Amino acid sequence: MLLSHQRIDDTVVLAPAGRIDHHSAEEFRDAVTPWLVGCHSGANGHALVFDLSTVDYISSAGLRVLMLASKQTKPAGGRLAVAALQPVVSEIFKISRFDLVFAIHPTVDAAVASFTPQPAPTR
Amino acid sequence: MKVHLWGTRGSLPTPLDAQEVRNKIAIALVQAGGRHFADREAALQWMTSALPFEVAGGFGGNTSCVQLDHGGDEYVLCDAGSGLRVFGNRVLAERGGRPGVYHLVMSHVHWDHIMGFPFFTPAFIPGNRIRIYGCHDKLETAFRRQHGAPSFPVDFDALGASIEFVKLDVGRTVDIAGFAVTPKLQLHAGDSYGYRFERDGKSVIYSTDSEHKPDDLQQTKEFVDFFRGADIVIFDAMYSFAEAISVKEDWGHGSNVSGVEICQMAEVKHLVLFHHEPMNDDARIAATLAESRRLEQITRDRRPKLRVTSAYDGLELTP
Repeated sequence: MLLSHQRIDDTVVLAPAGRIDHHSAEEFRDAVTPWLVGCHSGANGHALVFDLSTVDYISSAGLRVLMLASKQTKPAGGRLAVAALQPVVSEIFKISRFDLVFAIHPTVDAAVASFTPQPAPTR
Repeated sequence: MKVHLWGTRGSLPTPLDAQEVRNKIAIALVQAGGRHFADREAALQWMTSALPFEVAGGFGGNTSCVQLDHGGDEYVLCDAGSGLRVFGNRVLAERGGRPGVYHLVMSHVHWDHIMGFPFFTPAFIPGNRIRIYGCHDKLETAFRRQHGAPSFPVDFDALGASIEFVKLDVGRTVDIAGFAVTPKLQLHAGDSYGYRFERDGKSVIYSTDSEHKPDDLQQTKEFVDFFRGADIVIFDAMYSFAEAISVKEDWGHGSNVSGVEICQMAEVKHLVLFHHEPMNDDARIAATLAESRRLEQITRDRRPKLRVTSAYDGLELTP
């Protein structure tokens, strides 16, 4: 499982590629796990965005990895989002009701921006 | 072979209430748009052809009871939920006073799967024979207990039919009234068992009250092997997938997503979504069916098409 990463301000963007199915889900989980420890609301904590733009299929096993990431980081105030879903993956999210679990953004930039504090409005 | 579904709801009988009936009638009237029908038959015909199933009918509310019928004189049923009462009354009307033999194959003994038995009229009639099969050690205890005071006025020993209990073993195929039946252990509180029924080259799987862990590759493989090439798989699809692995994890039930995935891997011909969540109304169940069909379509790849149906009380299937 190829999982590239980049840091944008206080957000880590993880980008898996290809199919996340029953055979590759374990590898996906192992690749994601090291990034979960730092996903918290405390000092030096970061938010996580899953860039799914190059994922063309995700099975229930792959979705479970995302659910476990959410379960593991939420108690510490971790913030997660998914972004740039391909049409098939977007449908799988809706049918699985994962659209009710995760914030879904059309682009990585929009997801990162959602975690960036907005300046207070000026008069 | 035929499969009759007498009860398809999960956990608790779920009758329609007056408001839900009124809503269906109101939708039908709007759709009719002032049409005139010569008689009741004409109205029924229009309803069946023009209205969606969830408006013209509904999925029903009786708990689990499924009959497998190969045309023999003996009856084979899976589970004794409240749907068993409807089956019993139908059979009595057909047979009159002629004694019958009834084989009940039990997934487990949670209340929604045995609650129909005290209202199964053939059990009260001398001359009838009832054989109750299952893998649980406390099968007989569970049936006797719900007949005991103060829960029910007729003690189990007062039932007129001859009733016997038969213990089955996981993985060991037995003959039940002409079907080759193989049990499989499933993940559910207190255990449940799925059954593969085979006869004349056809196979039907009854797999309810069964949780599937998507990251448990061994469990997935076992179910793919158990379902392999089946003509029909009756599958516990009670929850959405997100529910099944989050707030309702370890509650012992499956989802439509797991059903589609496992049946695709096993190259099953027909998936029947079963054990509907009582919280879901007819519109919600119909929407889940449409989504399940769409999921099958977009994930089919090069596999043969998997037919997907939502179970309803009164549905009859031919494998």
